[in-house]
Amino acid sequence: MNKLKGSSGMLLVLIGMVVLAGVLVKGFATGENAVSLGLAVSTVGLVACTMLFCLAGGDFDLSVGSNLALGGVLAAIVTTATKSVPLGIAAALAAGALVGLLNGLVIAKLGINALITTLATMQIVRGITNIVSGGSPKTCSVVGFDGLGKSAIAGVPSPIALTILFFLVFGFILNRTVFGRDTLAIGGNPEASRLAGIKVEATKVWIFVLSGIVAAFAGCVQASRLLAASNNAGEKLELQAISACVLGGVSLAGGVGTMSGVVVGVLIMGVVQNAMSLMNIDTFYQMVVTGAILLAAVVFDKVKTAQNEKRSSRGTA
Amino acid sequence: MNQARLVVEGVGKSFPGVQALSGVSFSVSGGSVHALCGENGAGKSTLLKVLAGVHRPDTGSMALDGKKIDPRSPLEALACGVAVIYQELHLVPEVTVAENVMLGHLPYRFGMVDQAALRQEAMKALEQVGLQVDPSTKLKELSLAQRQMVEIAKALSRDAQVIAFDEPTSSLTSREVESLFALIRRLQEAGKAILYVSHRMDEVTTLCDACTVLRDGQHVTTWHDMAGVTADTIVNAMVGRSIQDVYGYSPRTIGEPVLVAEKVSGHGLRYPASLEVKSGEIVGLFGLVGAGRTELLKAIYAGSGGSVQVGSIKLGSRDPRSSVGAGVVFCPEDRKKEGIIPQMSVAENANLSVRRRFSHFGLLDQAKEKQNAEEYVAKLRVKTASLQTPIKNLSGGNQQKVVLARWLAEEVKVILLDEPTRGIDVGAKSEIYAIIRGLAEQGVGVLMVSSELPEVIGVCDRVLVMCDGRITGEVARADATETTLLQLALPKTEMSA
Repeated sequence: MNKLKGSSGMLLVLIGMVVLAGVLVKGFATGENAVSLGLAVSTVGLVACTMLFCLAGGDFDLSVGSNLALGGVLAAIVTTATKSVPLGIAAALAAGALVGLLNGLVIAKLGINALITTLATMQIVRGITNIVSGGSPKTCSVVGFDGLGKSAIAGVPSPIALTILFFLVFGFILNRTVFGRDTLAIGGNPEASRLAGIKVEATKVWIFVLSGIVAAFAGCVQASRLLAASNNAGEKLELQAISACVLGGVSLAGGVGTMSGVVVGVLIMGVVQNAMSLMNIDTFYQMVVTGAILLAAVVFDKVKTAQNEKRSSRGTA
Repeated sequence: MNQARLVVEGVGKSFPGVQALSGVSFSVSGGSVHALCGENGAGKSTLLKVLAGVHRPDTGSMALDGKKIDPRSPLEALACGVAVIYQELHLVPEVTVAENVMLGHLPYRFGMVDQAALRQEAMKALEQVGLQVDPSTKLKELSLAQRQMVEIAKALSRDAQVIAFDEPTSSLTSREVESLFALIRRLQEAGKAILYVSHRMDEVTTLCDACTVLRDGQHVTTWHDMAGVTADTIVNAMVGRSIQDVYGYSPRTIGEPVLVAEKVSGHGLRYPASLEVKSGEIVGLFGLVGAGRTELLKAIYAGSGGSVQVGSIKLGSRDPRSSVGAGVVFCPEDRKKEGIIPQMSVAENANLSVRRRFSHFGLLDQAKEKQNAEEYVAKLRVKTASLQTPIKNLSGGNQQKVVLARWLAEEVKVILLDEPTRGIDVGAKSEIYAIIRGLAEQGVGVLMVSSELPEVIGVCDRVLVMCDGRITGEVARADATETTLLQLALPKTEMSA
């Protein structure tokens, strides 16, 4: 019940923002703008799916932005070299999985802090991306490379449709599979989970492998949409994804998080940025506002949790 | 005889659900070493913490040399002249010995630490305790015994008049114990009032010249003259209480061995241990805090060395998952840290393990999970608003029932229980005992760690006693009395051996 109340609070905030922007901002409430908003949040949305798992499991993954860039660049290079789009995507996903595996093994098996580990791999992978790409964006003119990004499924642009699909799939995994519930249990109390027979290390490794694969896939989608893969793509993506999750009520301490919350978080970030762009607000001011919203959300969350604790302790006393 | 220096008058302190101390009065004379004895949970630690200003008493008062003291923090207690030397020393390993001695009142000039004065004053304090180390050595380079001396020097540098020691010899060698005793005698000659908490009866009878016994938070007796007081007299005073029959023991048929652990070892267990539990048998594992009981349970459940056999099957790998698969389950003592997933619901916590059995290709069987949770919440009479209530909102007893429910749904052959009734009120306790009895009647082997003597005696068919990391004895139900068990559990100092 509490969880429901928490995310529906943020849902109200989102609805309020949409209504307000619809009334006040010219050009917001149009189909065209809805599509551009959707495209703008699709990358963060994809990455937020697995970031939710990292956070719910009590860790986080800062390497997603670099992973995205490496995935896009590899997809472009391998597709150009082999003339095969599936091979290009497979290479990207394999690289993402490998980085994720490295993250997962170091964090779960060696017990090294996720912040340090993924901060390091973030640098390493960004460096590799620049080495592989020669420090410049890679274009790809092979027919069909634009399939992921430019096509449409039932009239919905593919990146948006894929993001919605990922929301559904990962929401299902979180709520309806043993893996998803184990993830939340580990984030909630790792030692109790271990003693209850949950394979904590293996689960964590899988979470990071998934995170790497999804980030690389998001890189493929972005490269396909733009017909080019930038070596600088995905910068600050990790922070955006974490922000969206936190806005959606995911706890940084682990153990708490819902997919519906993350969707709301992603959309709140998207609506704010979209509306401010339409109003021609300077990007510097946009940064201030986005940061302020995040801060307000976590303060709100802290106050709410404190109240809940008080209420529940009164209940048992 | 010397004058009473420290007077404790009617001190009481309660925590949610527990009356830790009630109306405790006694006095400690100057130039005397006054022992403080009692079982686990008798209130010794709470009393020390009240003296040290960590807890404030609900009732009563304390006075030093006729002056009332009411410390609100350890710092204030020190300023009043009361120092407590805990088992875990409160020192900073990365800084020098001198700075540790003078911690909190470093001498300074013009806002900067006065190195010369620091060294000089530290030297003076170190000399008093007879510790010959260079004050500029980093503390981490000292042995544990030397660090203890630093802690005492710190107390002396603050001119402490009352010095309380909490189990000071628990990690010292016999030679180190001797030099500690020599120091304590020097402090005694200097007229300090010394409180000495120990489980070691031989230490109490050789070192101390007065003794106060606490039981269940209450003062039992104080001897101001130790003539004629023996270890047995003290132990009897510690345990003497009536046992009510909330345990509902009835004889069961006991079958073949269901758990055979041989020379198991694991993290924190000092010596490999072997034991056997038969089908339908409830075996108690008694000992003082720190005897290694929890470590032994964990070594069986998820340890490294030795072998564990369940029925006729020898366990290949000993991680929690494999143990559960073989029918060995473990309920930890610290429910908050190791038992529950606090944010998750009652139902989720109950299904945490068994859901693997219900699921198909990793997909949850929600219907079965709901049915399972409902069944056990009803069976174990868990008081909860709903299955979806976060478990952290439940009382300790009900949380414990949910953790038990988690395992009852599995095919349990052996259940390892670590202090299953810790922090649980009496009503819920007898319900937990009934659950344990029910398991044994179904043929499950039960190995149960407990610090509560009446519980061990009331519930178990057989009791294993641990002391200092070893199993020191095995007592059948018929022979299990508080005195026999406690005597096996109390450590014997090497000195007297």
